Amino acid sequence: MTPMLELRELYSGYGDVRVLRGVSLEVREGEVVSVVGANGAGKSTLIRTVMGTVPATSGEVRFLGQDITGRPSHEIARRGIAQVMEGRRLFPHMSVEENLLVGGDILRDKARSRAGLDLTYTMFPRLAERRRQLARSFSGGEQQMLAIGRALMTSPRLLLLDEPSIGLAPVVVKSIFTALRQISEQGITILLVEQDVHRSLALASRAYVIKEGSVVREGPSAELLADPELRRAYLGI
Amino acid sequence: MTPLARGGAVGAALVAAMVVPLATPSPYALSIVTLTLLYGYLALSWNIIGGIGGQLSLGHAAYFGIGGYASTLLFVQFGVSPWFGMFAGAALAALAAALIGYPCFRLRGAYFALATLAAAMILKIAVENSHGLLGGPRGLEVTLLRDAPLQFQHTRKEFYYAVVVVMLTIALSINYLLLRSRLGFHLVAIRNDQDAALALGIDITRSKLAAAMLSAALTAAGGTFYAQFVMFISPDKVLSANLSVQIAVMCIVGGRGTVFGPLLGALLLLPAEEIARRALGGIVGADMMLYGLLLMIVMRREPRGVQRILRDLWNRTGAPRSVNAG
Repeated sequence: MTPMLELRELYSGYGDVRVLRGVSLEVREGEVVSVVGANGAGKSTLIRTVMGTVPATSGEVRFLGQDITGRPSHEIARRGIAQVMEGRRLFPHMSVEENLLVGGDILRDKARSRAGLDLTYTMFPRLAERRRQLARSFSGGEQQMLAIGRALMTSPRLLLLDEPSIGLAPVVVKSIFTALRQISEQGITILLVEQDVHRSLALASRAYVIKEGSVVREGPSAELLADPELRRAYLGI
Repeated sequence: MTPLARGGAVGAALVAAMVVPLATPSPYALSIVTLTLLYGYLALSWNIIGGIGGQLSLGHAAYFGIGGYASTLLFVQFGVSPWFGMFAGAALAALAAALIGYPCFRLRGAYFALATLAAAMILKIAVENSHGLLGGPRGLEVTLLRDAPLQFQHTRKEFYYAVVVVMLTIALSINYLLLRSRLGFHLVAIRNDQDAALALGIDITRSKLAAAMLSAALTAAGGTFYAQFVMFISPDKVLSANLSVQIAVMCIVGGRGTVFGPLLGALLLLPAEEIARRALGGIVGADMMLYGLLLMIVMRREPRGVQRILRDLWNRTGAPRSVNAG
């Protein structure tokens, strides 16, 4: 079976600075795959290169068997990849509901967009309570829920998450990961980039460890967590 | 009241208010009112890309000039009525907006503003150096026919006043409808965070291009109106960077991204400028200093503009609170 997302020898970076150096990985349908590594290893760049916001200098990004390397970001989003960006990146002067409806707009179908809204409110009742408030009035955790909800509104096949737990209190992080598990159980495939190695490997079935822009280890999460050398060298735990 | 009814009520009140200036016995006063409304129209045109779409253009004089020059040239050289020239100018300006916009939309914030400013300056210099057809720095005169409404000219100021009221109504309606349209929704999302909008599948380049072209076309029609009203155009008058800044400042001071804010900005700034000019006599640049000062005061007090200040006052005086007020 062709994987849902496949990166082949992917290189990318910013100007002369090369960040990804030949990353290959794959995500199969229904999986939760985690990418872990130290700060500056290239995790966020990996997400951005898949999304097309950082151009690949060589290599290939394939989604559902099709080459999407170099396609514009909005087109990649329309093919069914949603991204929860680092720092949430909400529309601060729009209400909660408007933020969500921008996500639903991609479907070009008011009824489906409405249905997505109901589903999102069921998953995050906090958002339903505050649907008319401006996004910027929210706490960090609520903002992250809104960012995830907004991405789900596009009805994606694959959800990319860039550091969803950053800057959040442990109790909030816990609820975010509970939500991610629910999302996965609904059949949405997840690629997660995360500094919280423990939680991220607990959620993911498989993981890749990247260092200086290359994959140095890959395998089932439990196996990676159990490897003492790896824990010390790359995971910092 | 529903938003539609409220908008309609405000609109009706505005139309009623527009009959009042016709009672003035002084053609000079009516000229000032007409120019003020023209600036209101220009600020509303700018609002489409600069306010709703959040792309700070400082080159709108280019489109204004294109409109004025296109219709005047067609009229003087080929006898085409400026009513038709107005559409030719609008089409040309939309094309120019696409040509300027496509490379410039990759730039963010101040860089976009500088690029549009530069594009307008290049056009001004080009016109100043085309001595033959466009008259170079001396400009072009519109052939005087006196009372010829079909050729977009009349000796009575009421004629121009009526035309500008119609144009203003059209610009207000377009802004109102745009804010309730899908394109408007995309533009507001882009203004809020364009990377996030892109990641959610919005074709940001296409949305910005559509807005820039519509904005430029409307601005160009204003340029044609100006040429017919003054019966003379020159690069200094219709292509200057000052004009670009004035249009943007009016919209920002009044309240960018809103329907009535840009008009409010013009209603405040144009008369203020006129008073300052009389009080300060011939000090060169006094008007721009006034613009800068007012911009600083309003931005410090309320970055969303005078429109917002008035709305907050209205809400505080016990009127029914709107949903967004809290």
